[in-house]
Amino acid sequence: MWAADLPPFIPFFAAALIMALTRSHALRAAIGIAVPVLGGLHLWFDVDPGLTTYRTLFEFQLMPFRTDQLSLLFGYLFHIAAFIGMLYALHIRDRVQQIAAMLYAGSALGAVFAGDLLTLFLFWEGLALTSVFLVWARRSKTSFATGQRYLIFQVLSGVLLLAGALLIYRDSGSLEFTKIGLDGPGSWLILLAFGIKAGFPGLHTWLTDAYPESTPTGTVFLASFTTKVSVYALARGFPGTEMLIYVGATMACFPIFFAVIENDLRRVLAYSMINQIGFMVCGIGIGTELALNGAVAHAFNDVIFKGLLFMSMGSVLHMTGKINGSDLGHLYKTMPKTTWLCIVGAASISAFPLFSGFVSKSMVMAALLETHHEIVWLAMLFAAAGVFHHAGIKIPYFAFFAHDSGIRTQDPPWNMVLAMTISAVLCIFIGSYPAVLYSLLPYDTGYSPYDATHVLTQTQLLFFSAAAFVWLQLRGLYPPELRSINLDVEWFYRKLIPSTIHSVGRVIGKPAVFAWRYVVSGLLDKIGDTLSRHHGMEGTLARTWPIGSMVLWVAILLVAYLLLGYL
Amino acid sequence: MIDKADTQQPPSAAGNGEKLYLFDKPKNVQRLLRGFYLCCTLLVLAEFVIHRHVVHSWEGLFGFYAIYGFVACVVLVLAATQMRKLIMRNEDYYDTDSSAADSTANDDGGNGNVGR
Repeated sequence: MWAADLPPFIPFFAAALIMALTRSHALRAAIGIAVPVLGGLHLWFDVDPGLTTYRTLFEFQLMPFRTDQLSLLFGYLFHIAAFIGMLYALHIRDRVQQIAAMLYAGSALGAVFAGDLLTLFLFWEGLALTSVFLVWARRSKTSFATGQRYLIFQVLSGVLLLAGALLIYRDSGSLEFTKIGLDGPGSWLILLAFGIKAGFPGLHTWLTDAYPESTPTGTVFLASFTTKVSVYALARGFPGTEMLIYVGATMACFPIFFAVIENDLRRVLAYSMINQIGFMVCGIGIGTELALNGAVAHAFNDVIFKGLLFMSMGSVLHMTGKINGSDLGHLYKTMPKTTWLCIVGAASISAFPLFSGFVSKSMVMAALLETHHEIVWLAMLFAAAGVFHHAGIKIPYFAFFAHDSGIRTQDPPWNMVLAMTISAVLCIFIGSYPAVLYSLLPYDTGYSPYDATHVLTQTQLLFFSAAAFVWLQLRGLYPPELRSINLDVEWFYRKLIPSTIHSVGRVIGKPAVFAWRYVVSGLLDKIGDTLSRHHGMEGTLARTWPIGSMVLWVAILLVAYLLLGYL
Repeated sequence: MIDKADTQQPPSAAGNGEKLYLFDKPKNVQRLLRGFYLCCTLLVLAEFVIHRHVVHSWEGLFGFYAIYGFVACVVLVLAATQMRKLIMRNEDYYDTDSSAADSTANDDGGNGNVGR
């Protein structure tokens, strides 16, 4: 199609440029669909693992395009995600969103094929600067403020990555992006940079803040790239870092509590995303071949099933203008296709047998037991039951069933339904024929998810999680959906710090006003008076001098000069 | 579906002759629940037939996964309900005076995209 060593981001950036120049909506839509398809086919048929291209910038040798099993897997994934996203957004005429989405997908591809840390940094910042337009695309005051907070986190992550890369270059003399491991301040800075974009606990609020604020179509792109690039970067840079096991377990567990009581269903999915990334981070921390395979396979599946769930909720928002659980219900009556497609996504994220989550999550769970992390395994089992509870049941139940909201609408436009259908087919295909996905994974472990024990135990876990939901509902113990928000870590920078600054302002305000009025202002007045006394219109230096006194002073000066001459 | 409100006639379907959908009939909800209970029972009974291979000793307990799934979710929901007392706030909690008017625009933000 084109030269094999042409980095995959270039067609996306070129497409964005053409989109910026053309006024034709049809052409923009056609380019948006064609580029991911052609790029994906090119990557599949023409590009092999082991390819590296070099460029020299000043004295640095950069590798803008390096392929291996790991980067190619994410490369295929991002082409699929870009295609599905562009199809879902086909009806959108907003040029800013289209261009931002193309540049964003291109940046994600640039980042996963970057062979050195400097190139990675450039695309890392590219991800930030392009994706923020998808948050701002809602064009409300709220989304503008959210976008600003989002950008601060993203750019901070980039700055940390650059600082870490420079420290590593100073120590090792190389910028190549290989296994970094935890030694030295540079590696810690890079881990922190990756951690921000992966949504580590305490650094995750940009995700739950921004993703629900974007447009129905924008969120689908946002959910596909940033966090998965970070999972890729962690898998390459920090495999087997034990700390990540515990970080991942925390990520898997804490968001499910928030998800249960969250009203905005897209925010429920954002919390659920952190939960799923927790499984991936945990797998990377374990670091065995099975665990790493599980982590990246789960990232692959997550982009598709989480994308499907975000698309189904985006369809609800698009058609009804509402997304809070408290405002929705009984949409199955008029959105039957969306309901079924959402249920497929829900079954996939919950890891039901024959659906995609089942064949990837189980690898991480099996690896935990193999490496004797029993307590973490129990925590992850809790998280696995919890994800079914909030993403598998809550999302479809409150949107499509539950109480009758009285809303009567219809399924979304054909392109949105088609995009969701493709995702749903992929979820079932990967879940039913996992060998295709397994053949793309970095290691050959011979793992098979389908044995009687695994199918039985997983089905028991899920059915009895559902039984708990039914029981709690029938007993009236299930928390109702309420029009509310829940405080999270963002409270510190959205409430505590601003209100502290206001309070400090109030406390020191009065003395400051007093000091200003009576001390500083008084002092300034005095200085002004003195200046005007000397330099003002009536000031000493502005007076007209009589000629007599001039002559007198000249005479005095001459006398003084004469005397000095004699001395 | 199993909400108390759903066992009554839904408001919009009540008197205006709207078509009755699948779960508008309480009988269908009951059927679904009965089928679900049956599945749960069969899954537990299957342990007598299928010999599970066990890696960890806890796994060996009869019905371990079923009990764990049920208890985990009940604990999760009850704990999360308690969390509400601590962290739940009004929707306009973060809005300062200047941006308070915008919070309503945000609620139906999806309309911003409709027809664009």
